[in-house]
Parts: sequence; C-alpha cells; structure tokens
Amino acid sequence: MGKRTIIPIGPYHALQEEPEFFKLYVEGETVVGLDIELGYNHRGIEKLSESKTYEQTVFLVERICGICSTSHPIACVQAVEDAGGVEVPERALYIRSLIGELERVHSHMLWLGLAGHFLGFNTVWMWVWRYREELLNIMELVTGNRNHYAMMKPGGVRRDIKDEDIPTIRKTLDGLHGPLELFRDAVSDDPIIHARLKGVGVLTPEQIVDYGALGPTARASGVDIDVRRDHPHAAYGLVDWNVVTATHGDVFDKAVVRIGEMFESMKIIEQCLAKLKSSPGPVDSNPKEIPPGEGIGHYEAPRGEVFHYIRSDGSNRPARHKVRAPSFMNVLTDREAVLGATVADATIILAAVDPCYCCTERMAARDVATGERVLTSRELIRLSQAKTEQLKKELGAEGPRLNLEAM
Amino acid sequence: MNPAVIILKALIFPGLLFTAVLGLVTSWVDRFVTARVQMRVGPPFLQPFYDVAKLMIKETCVPAGGSTWLFLGAPLVGLSGVTLGALVVWSALLFGGRGFSGDVIVALYVLTLPAVGVILGSFASRNPLASLGGSREMKLLLSYELPLALAVLVPVMQSYAAVQSIRLADMATQLPVASVSGVLALVVAILCMQAKLTLVPFDAPEAETELTGGAYMEYSGPPLGLFKLTRAMMLVTMPLFLVTVFCGGLDVADGVLPALLGLLKVLGLVVVIVLIRNTAPRVRTDQAVRFFWGPVTLVALVAVGLGMMGL
Repeated sequence: MGKRTIIPIGPYHALQEEPEFFKLYVEGETVVGLDIELGYNHRGIEKLSESKTYEQTVFLVERICGICSTSHPIACVQAVEDAGGVEVPERALYIRSLIGELERVHSHMLWLGLAGHFLGFNTVWMWVWRYREELLNIMELVTGNRNHYAMMKPGGVRRDIKDEDIPTIRKTLDGLHGPLELFRDAVSDDPIIHARLKGVGVLTPEQIVDYGALGPTARASGVDIDVRRDHPHAAYGLVDWNVVTATHGDVFDKAVVRIGEMFESMKIIEQCLAKLKSSPGPVDSNPKEIPPGEGIGHYEAPRGEVFHYIRSDGSNRPARHKVRAPSFMNVLTDREAVLGATVADATIILAAVDPCYCCTERMAARDVATGERVLTSRELIRLSQAKTEQLKKELGAEGPRLNLEAM
Repeated sequence: MNPAVIILKALIFPGLLFTAVLGLVTSWVDRFVTARVQMRVGPPFLQPFYDVAKLMIKETCVPAGGSTWLFLGAPLVGLSGVTLGALVVWSALLFGGRGFSGDVIVALYVLTLPAVGVILGSFASRNPLASLGGSREMKLLLSYELPLALAVLVPVMQSYAAVQSIRLADMATQLPVASVSGVLALVVAILCMQAKLTLVPFDAPEAETELTGGAYMEYSGPPLGLFKLTRAMMLVTMPLFLVTVFCGGLDVADGVLPALLGLLKVLGLVVVIVLIRNTAPRVRTDQAVRFFWGPVTLVALVAVGLGMMGL
C-alpha cells in the first residue's frame, strides 16, 4: 500500500461554486477514500420558517436554492394545501407544471454547461449557457425575474400567464429545439467525451436503493422512479410524457438522462401551453386559513424528489417545517462512485449528481480537540428539557414530561 | 561574434523582448479566437500585456517549508529555455545567417526546459495539488517527446538528403509538408505541440476544475507573471519552429510580402491549436500517455519509414 495523501476539494474550489469540502484520500492518483464535510452555508431555514406566515414561507423556501427556486415552493405549497385540504384551480396546476419544467430545462442546461467546463470543454459551457439565457428571458417575461420567480402560493399561483405572451414563449422554445439536438449529438458523438465519461463513476441499482438516491442519478442506473409520475401532482397527471431512464449508471448515462429529460420537459411545456387556452378561470383559490393538521408535498426537482412536511397548529404560520432536498441523498453516493477512480475522474463524478449544497446543509458541532461530535440532537433535547424543568421550578408550574429514553 | 551583440540578440531582438511581445500578441489571438468560438466578445488587444504587467507589481508569496530558491528559480529555467529556443530559431530565419550544424537538436532540447521549469516549481511548492500537477506534467513530457523527436526526424532526413545539412536555416529552404511523410509528421508534431503547450485536451497538469491551476497553484506575482510570459512565448515559438522545420520557414530574405506570408503560416498553426483546444474536452493523463505512445508514435514511425523511402 502506497502513501496516502489528501487532495482537498474545497472548502473553496474552482470545481464547485459553493463552499463544500471533499477530502479525497489518494494513493498516487487513485482515490481510496472520501470524506464529505458540509455545513459552511447552514442558514437554519426550517427554524426560520416557523417564524413566517404561510405566504412568507414560500418566499423563504424559494431561497433555499437558486436553481431549484420553483421546486421548493411547489413542494412547500403542496404541503400547506395537503395540511389544509385546499383545492387548486386547474389553470394554476398547468402554470405550476409549466414553470417547473422551464426550470428543469434551464437547470439541466446549467449542469450540462458546467459538466463541459469541468471536463475542460469550455466551448460547450459557453454555448449551452448562451441558449439557457433564452429560457431565462421567458422566465423574466412571465414572472418578472430570471430566477426566484415567486410564482407559487398556497391555493394557486401568484400570477397568470398572459395570452399575448404565449406566442413569444412558443417561438423561443421552438428556437431551442435545434441547439438542444446539437448538444445531444455533440455528447453522443464526441469520442473524447465517450472516453472520459463511459464506465466512470458507475452506481449499481442496489447502491442507488441503499443510499436512497433520487432523480437523474437514480434513473441513470435504471431505477425507474419519478414522483411526477408515481405521485401525480400539479398537471403531470393531465399531460403525456415519459420518464427517461438509462442502464449503465455511469456519468455518461447521467448526461444522457438529463438531455433526454430536457426534451420531455419541452413536450410537457408545449402541452401545458396548449391546455392553458382551454382552461380559463382563476389561478388562485385564496385559502383563508389552514386548520390544525399536517401535510406533505413532494415535487420532482431537476435533481430528484424534494420533500416538504408542514404541521399546522391552526395559526397562520407552520408549527414545524421539514425540508429534504434531493442532493442530501445524492451527494452521499459519491462515496461509492469515486472509490478506485483517478483524481481526474473524481471531479466529474462528484459533479455528476448535480450537487447543490445550500439545500443539503445540515449542522454538526465537533469538539476540535477530540474530533468527537458534541451537541447532538439528543443532547439538545436534554438541555432544552433541563431548561424547561428549571423554568417550571422557578414558576411553580406543572406539565407533561417527554420520555427521552423511549425515543 | 562580439559578446555584446550576442547578449543584445538574446535579450532584445530576436530573443527575449521581441519574442515576448510577439508571444503576448499571439496569446491575444488565442484568447480572441477562443472567445469568438465560444460566442463571447473577447479581450482588448493589449489585455495580455496588462495581465503580465500587473502580475509584475503584485506581491510574491513563497510557501513555507518549500525550497525557496528552487521555487523562485523554476520560472527562470522555463523563461531562459524558451528564450534560447526562440533565439536559435529566429537566428536561423533572420540576418541571412546559417546558424550552426545541429541547431535543430539544440532547439528541440531547450524547448523542453519550460516544462522542466513547471515540474521543478510545482514540486518546490509543497502543495498536494501542485505536486499532482507536476507529476502529470512529467508524465506528459515523457510521453510526447519521443513522437515529437521522431516527427522532426522526417524533415531532418529530407533536408540531409537534399542539401547534406541539418541546420534550421537549410531545413527552412525545404518543404517537407509537400510529401506524404511530411504531412504525417506535421500532424504528429501539432499534437505534440498541443501537449507541450499544455492546452486542452492535454491540459491535465493545470486542469483548472480539478487542480485549480495545478503546477502554478502556489505562484503569485512576478514568478507567476514569468510563467505566463513563458507560456505566451512558447505559444509563438513552437508554431514558428514547426513552420521552420516543416513548412518552409518565413522567407525573410525574399522581401516583406513573403515574410508576411510566412507569419501567416505561423498564425494558421496557432489558430489550428486554438480550435483544437476549443473543440475537445480534457483527457486523463493515462489516456494521454497511451495516446502518445500508441497511435501517435506509430504514425510517427510510419512517417519516418516513408521518409526513408523518400516519399
């Protein structure tokens, strides 16, 4: 066994535009181990959400991630609607899917460009991002913003799509078909891309299931899951589309799946645009209050299923809000995928799950001297209970006590 | 020759200063063509000059624990290598001189020094990413030098057969690229040049998105500026060398117009490598080594064989 060196990818590294820390343990150029350290960007979104009204929470979760900035809101408003039994007008459903799919196309284009950049293929990067601009222009036309569209609200959407905008949207999308086909052919025909990506970072279906990986990462390994189809929401049950899968589970297939999904998304967008004409009416059912209860919402974000849980206590703000983004599941698969790869391959493998760290951040406190975890959730509950007991004693109040040992 | 004249030639014309200016202009061509291929606007003409000038007034940070003199000396190794190489090639093309016998070998030899400088500098940095870059540069150097030497052997043989000389000045009067073996050898040489300049697809030693600059990682200020300058000078010296050896040189003696046409040949080669670097992703080092020792060396051997048969 040779000498182990640590190749640091992070905390700030040109590979990723977010702070994260991958420690690659290498012997020569071969990766023999991987440590993932996150938490540089922890913002306490879930706790913040408890101090916001339901309307404000949507704006908050929109800022979890700049790229999935409509996936989190869709999942969030669906959780609120589930908790409150709110009906959503059909036109709003179409608009939700429309915005969601536009986001998927631009997110996949973003990844495709970055993947090119990571491979040193900057021309692909610049070209793909140039055409991605057109999508962002549509977003600006429809919502007023290139990102952070603020379109979703419990009970519907915040803005309607104007009839006079639809021809412009159609024209722009038609113009995108050509470039997308060009990129598809470029990826599938380039021999060097084949040499770099095929058989690299393979994830077996078993590993996908073990790690609970989601989205294109899972579908590239032949695991046929997609919440848009499996638990229809928004307008996905009302339009015709296919789930794209591949079989090899390598980085190449992840690219193939994402490119295939862009074409499916274009199909969905076109159908939604057509359906908008035949479903007039309001885009918002204006729910007045959310009764006590709990609800879940999920949405197939570009990176996989995003999940929101909301518990209502009858007030105008969530009593508990839980968010799980897809990267939280996907990033951990890196531990399997990079072992045995070279450092050159490791970087593209790390990027292949289209990681998004700001939505994945969890916090852990460690004692610097010993390296041991301190202030775990149990410890925090115990501290909180101790404080409550102390307050009760001081105030002379009585109340139920949670049995921590049974948890 | 008067020593003062030699020093003037080495430092000002056509050595360091002249080649540096030409190299920075060439690197502007590189950046401009790259930008246009990528649907960008591209930098202003003087941008490469601003970049190097700015680096010259920035602070130099030396990593603790490394070898300081090696760290600071490495850029000079590269710079002196490319200056000597440029001087040898230019001397054969200008002044109506005939150079000296075997100057082609000297040019080949000193033009490996920039890569050696990068390797020395990266290992002196004591940075894991830099040493990885250095070891990649070393593997790359070992892989492309053999086919490059074989490729240059073809025009050498042709020149020797025609005028019994292996001086660059005499080789520039031949046109090896007009023969089958010459074309094959030129293709091999262009690929080797791509690797020598560590441009995509052979930019693994720097690999911005893997090693964040790799070999150059710890460099800042003037030493980094010297490395950049070396790269820029290589960007013009290597194409100039190939034009001299394969494509009949610059024809400076025949007047201004043929000389400009000669420069167009150099520019053409530069555009070719810029286009290659913009239409391919980066290959892994093992793939590059296999590529150069496998198919490229084979083609070079075929070219040498054809050259021996006089084709």
